Amino acid sequence: MITTETAPIIPSFGEEDSGRKLAIICSKGNLDMAYPGLILANAALGEGVETHLFFTFWGFDMINKKTMDDLKFTMLGNTATHLPQGLGGLPGMTSMATHQMKKSIEEIGVPEVPEFLQQIVDSGGHLWACRMSADMQHLEAEDLYDEVEAIISASDFIEKTDGAQLLFI
Amino acid sequence: MPTTTIDSHDIHVDDEGFMTQYDEWTQDLGTALAAQIGVEMSPEHWKAIHFLRSDFPEHGETPTLRRVATVGGIPTKQLFMLFPKKPAKKMAYIAGLPKPRGCV
Repeated sequence: MITTETAPIIPSFGEEDSGRKLAIICSKGNLDMAYPGLILANAALGEGVETHLFFTFWGFDMINKKTMDDLKFTMLGNTATHLPQGLGGLPGMTSMATHQMKKSIEEIGVPEVPEFLQQIVDSGGHLWACRMSADMQHLEAEDLYDEVEAIISASDFIEKTDGAQLLFI
Repeated sequence: MPTTTIDSHDIHVDDEGFMTQYDEWTQDLGTALAAQIGVEMSPEHWKAIHFLRSDFPEHGETPTLRRVATVGGIPTKQLFMLFPKKPAKKMAYIAGLPKPRGCV
């Protein structure tokens, strides 16, 4: 007698080692532009993707111990606030806009930049600092967030992320 | 909504295989679901799964990895060790809950 059995429906969690890699270049130091890279890195790590972040130019503010806690959001030059541009130039507007944005981010349970970087590292992510940016700003490894693995050249980063998908933010 | 049989338990699932009926879950079934995806349950694994099970009805959605770490008190690094590669989805599957919908 032949019996047929239907295979159980089980979700696919992908191959054990898919080899997928993601490289994210963070080049902005504004609060609102720090988050896209962090959120995507975190999401990629949660999907088992090897993830590398390279901080360069203004993106250095995200890993500079002096500035990482104090990134700002400005309405100036950002038409997406849908408010008159002149307002953005008034005294105190940038700190008010920053405060407002930080509050909205906190309300949905998303951490501030330093804690977010720690979460990314704890999830297996790699943080790299750009050599040229460090030289321009006269910064050394000890000035940077402790979890940054090294200050490396752009070509070293390209070499490390061979075969990776790349995002420039 | 499809149904499927895991280790002689008949359950309602979505198209991917995540359970859709909170009350159909039992701890035995959790063990069977874990075995399907190559996870052998230990007391540490159960601590995470029990947090998901208790948080879901209170909060109305499956907790994200961050919530399991910050509210559930299980460090992120440990969650990646217990449920390798895709911890949030694997935990949701074993706990008989939908995939988390939050981004972070």
